[in-house]
Amino acid sequence: MALYSEKVMDHFRNPRNVGVIEDANGIGEVGNAKCGDIMKMYLKIEDEIITDVKFETFGCGSAIASSSMATELIKGKPVSEARQLTNQAVVEALDGLPAHKLHCSVLAQEAIEAALEDYEKRK
Amino acid sequence: MIYADNAATTKMSDAAINKMIEVAKETYGNPSSLYEFGQKAKEALELAREKVACLIGAEPREILFTSGGSEADNQAIRSAAKLGEKAGKKHIISTAFEHHAVLHTLEKLKSEGFEITLLDVHEDGLVRPEEVEQAIREDTCLVTVMFANNEIGTIQPIKQIGEICNRHQVLFHTDAVQAIGHVPVNVADQNIDMLSASAHKFHGPKGVGFLYAKKSIRLSNLIEGGAQERGRRAGTENVPGICAMAEALSEAVANIEKNRDHIEPIRNRIIEGLSEIPHSALNGSREPRLPGNINFCFEGIEGESLLLLLDDKGIAASSGSACTSGSLDPSHVLLAIGRVHDVAHGSLRLSLGEDITDEDADYIISAVKEVVEYLRSFSPVWRNLVAGKGKFIL
Ligand SMILES: Cc1ncc(COP(=O)(O)O)c(C=O)c1O
Repeated sequence: MALYSEKVMDHFRNPRNVGVIEDANGIGEVGNAKCGDIMKMYLKIEDEIITDVKFETFGCGSAIASSSMATELIKGKPVSEARQLTNQAVVEALDGLPAHKLHCSVLAQEAIEAALEDYEKRK
Repeated sequence: MIYADNAATTKMSDAAINKMIEVAKETYGNPSSLYEFGQKAKEALELAREKVACLIGAEPREILFTSGGSEADNQAIRSAAKLGEKAGKKHIISTAFEHHAVLHTLEKLKSEGFEITLLDVHEDGLVRPEEVEQAIREDTCLVTVMFANNEIGTIQPIKQIGEICNRHQVLFHTDAVQAIGHVPVNVADQNIDMLSASAHKFHGPKGVGFLYAKKSIRLSNLIEGGAQERGRRAGTENVPGICAMAEALSEAVANIEKNRDHIEPIRNRIIEGLSEIPHSALNGSREPRLPGNINFCFEGIEGESLLLLLDDKGIAASSGSACTSGSLDPSHVLLAIGRVHDVAHGSLRLSLGEDITDEDADYIISAVKEVVEYLRSFSPVWRNLVAGKGKFIL
């Protein structure tokens, strides 16, 4: 389908970092089922480095692809760097999203922010 | 590839394509011209009109060719509203799950001072004739109820509703876009005053349709200009398209029973197969339903991702999720039958064509099962439901 870029379709078809981290020390969930998108991010942070990240998403193709790309962008990165992640960075890395799907990238950014916030709270 | 989106549009039949080419090549005159070329085209046009009229139990002069179903819906409703307004009647009755061609026209009329009653379609997706009767008032000028719903395929009690409208002397229009050519339609038998149809839903070309209006009804123009279509719709007629539509309709109507006998058992096989998926539900009553329509909700997943993965597996289908509708809300049809947002996002519509086989059905069932299971495997909604942190709706 020409609706999405090759990159989006690749991350949708073969999402990276799908699943759950049982001993995560930062978990964030955003969105709601009523609107049709929910993202949940699990972070494993050691010495302020994101050593592992996993996600679960209920949503459309671009929501799944945005979650997948966002996890790729922060994996192995310091927490301070992950905090700087913007939805634009996700969109660029995906070679763009249709205008009416941009909110999916915002949701991915927010899910990571929420997980980092949870991590700070638990510290 | 399995094309299972025939409610969106159908493949043109060979007979329709051949007719279209033949007319475009040979009968290219303007039907309004006096010379031979023009008169040939006029003849072809009127022959198509007779054919279409005959196939639905109408008179040729009661058929007005349009650009499709949307235009026919607009013109039917606008005309009835104008007649109503003249008589001081500004109340219209319709249903909550009409096509947007009807609903948006009614919204416009509402802003112009009309009062609109949208009837409940209940959980089974069926309008109750007695509720139509109860809703009729002194100032009701039109009842418009679709023949069969485009998303969930439920077939409405048109004949009974028509009888009620006749008895109360209220005009009755039906959007039969999804029904015509697939189930028997006869305007005389079914008490229909006005009816909309669209060629591309019965293997005719896109951009062509017709409006049937009883000869006693004075139609208002949407398009002003020349005197084509008895002055009710200006513009040089789409002669090849119209002739191809008549050809397609003849073929479809002649084969209604044969097609139904082939498609319906396959549809039932798919419904049974998909019902095995836990926490799923068929949307709309199983009967009376269009022979090729299947519409399911699967809890815990979203429709667009389901469609994309089915497309990867060679299955073309559609969904009522917000992401596929291009708005923030899921399908108004699913909401109208009482599906809450959370599950309405996870809907799948399969609309089968005549070439569907049992093997296709089995492939569809296994592909949908696989994709639903896969999407649920990383859905946080599904995880919560399974963990008991929330109640299953389906
Ligand atoms: C019930 C119904 N009414 C009207 C229409 C509009 O028809 P058309 O695409 O020919 O304008 C459709 C087709 O999408 C339909 O399904």
